[in-house]
Amino acid sequence: MIEARGVIKVFGLRPVLRGVTLTVGEGEFLTLFGPNGAGKTTFLRIVATISRPTGGQIAVAGLPLPARADAVRGLLGVVSHQPLLYGDLSAEENLRFYARMYNLRQPAERIREVLKAVGLHRRAADLVRTYSRGMQQRLAIARAILHDPPVLLLDEPYTGLDQDAAATLDEVLHEVATRGRTVLMTTHNISRGLGLAHRVAILSGGQIAYEAPRDGLDVVTFADTYAEVTGMAGVR
Amino acid sequence: MTLEAEKQRPAIHPAARRPTSLFRAAAAIVWKDLRAEWRSKETVSAMLVFALLAIMVFSFALEFDRTGREASSAGVLWATLVFAGTLGLGRSLGREKDQGCLDGLLLTPVDRSALYFGKLAGNFIFMGVVALILLPVMSVLFDVSFFRPLIVPALILGILGYAGVGTLIASMSIYTRGREVLLPILLLPIALSILIPAVRATRGLLEGIPFDELLVWFNMLAATNVIYIALAYMLFDFVVEE
Repeated sequence: MIEARGVIKVFGLRPVLRGVTLTVGEGEFLTLFGPNGAGKTTFLRIVATISRPTGGQIAVAGLPLPARADAVRGLLGVVSHQPLLYGDLSAEENLRFYARMYNLRQPAERIREVLKAVGLHRRAADLVRTYSRGMQQRLAIARAILHDPPVLLLDEPYTGLDQDAAATLDEVLHEVATRGRTVLMTTHNISRGLGLAHRVAILSGGQIAYEAPRDGLDVVTFADTYAEVTGMAGVR
Repeated sequence: MTLEAEKQRPAIHPAARRPTSLFRAAAAIVWKDLRAEWRSKETVSAMLVFALLAIMVFSFALEFDRTGREASSAGVLWATLVFAGTLGLGRSLGREKDQGCLDGLLLTPVDRSALYFGKLAGNFIFMGVVALILLPVMSVLFDVSFFRPLIVPALILGILGYAGVGTLIASMSIYTRGREVLLPILLLPIALSILIPAVRATRGLLEGIPFDELLVWFNMLAATNVIYIALAYMLFDFVVEE
């Protein structure tokens, strides 16, 4: 579903990605680990068509980027550490705006469905700026799945959440991700990242330094592998 | 929390494959901007307070010079509108960037020019509202009647051109650290080609000069609008993409 071959990204004279090759199969949940500055967000922004790669090839659902970016965007749902929502609009108004941008049929019905799915249907009329960080992140998931995309890109979705909010987010992510969607998630939180994944990879120094199926990995051994690959200690 | 409805849906929503038309997407952005502004009143109120204070200052500065006050009223109107407009442009685009919402817009499956035209229309409306409030206030303070039929097309053309080029420049400057300073530095020299014919046309109308003699300024305004908006349409994609 997502195929990246030798993707390079250079900002000015600073290379951030130095030839990332990674494949995420249809219906697969891949967690991409890596320390701060490894290029995880940059890679995700390229897949999300917000950023153009300097070199290499990348395709989503067989559609090459950036040539078919318009078509690819309709297939993607993105959740990042920012909710990408308007604080001065209510949850329902935010989703109605995005429903118009995605040209959805019967938007009112779909908005009710996704708000119910993330447990915010009783607060639909409240302004987003009155929401807690956890509620905003749940609404961000509702926004991301509003058009029922087959591919979800999650960029550090747990950032700024307390334990309860992170556990709720886990539950919602688990439900939306176990519906045959392809999911690519970046994080440096090993226990949460391993929890949902079918496969894991580590991005270090702008390249994929490690890749393995989730089965057979536990938090302790993977933390040791992560420390060894990235040269960082104390990441559990 | 129930997720039954979500679970029962088909894997790929058929609507995800239908492209959104440019007009529909731009209209959605205008609706969103107006709705958010109606709630917060952050942009128009800031522009309005600035504009009213500016014309008060001009009015007091020219208090004892009746002839000079009448002669300069068109220039005062446009100078005030341009500075208030710059304030509005910075806020309108800056708010998208600060809340990360620009990424949300860029992720939608619409032609990037729809984002440009949507933001342009919103900025045009904000400046238009300020202009409509300024006209009666200026008529009183400067003792000059701005209520002439052809003032409206002059205002529409001038504001459209300024908002058109301003939306593009503001989209560029929001990625920089000193965007509040950079926006006017980049925008005002370019906007002179709109400001000069707009002031000349407005002043001519206030002095009662026949429209035939002012047509050259209206034509210049229309031509500048077409050139700037066409350029912005072509460049916007490159400006907003990393």
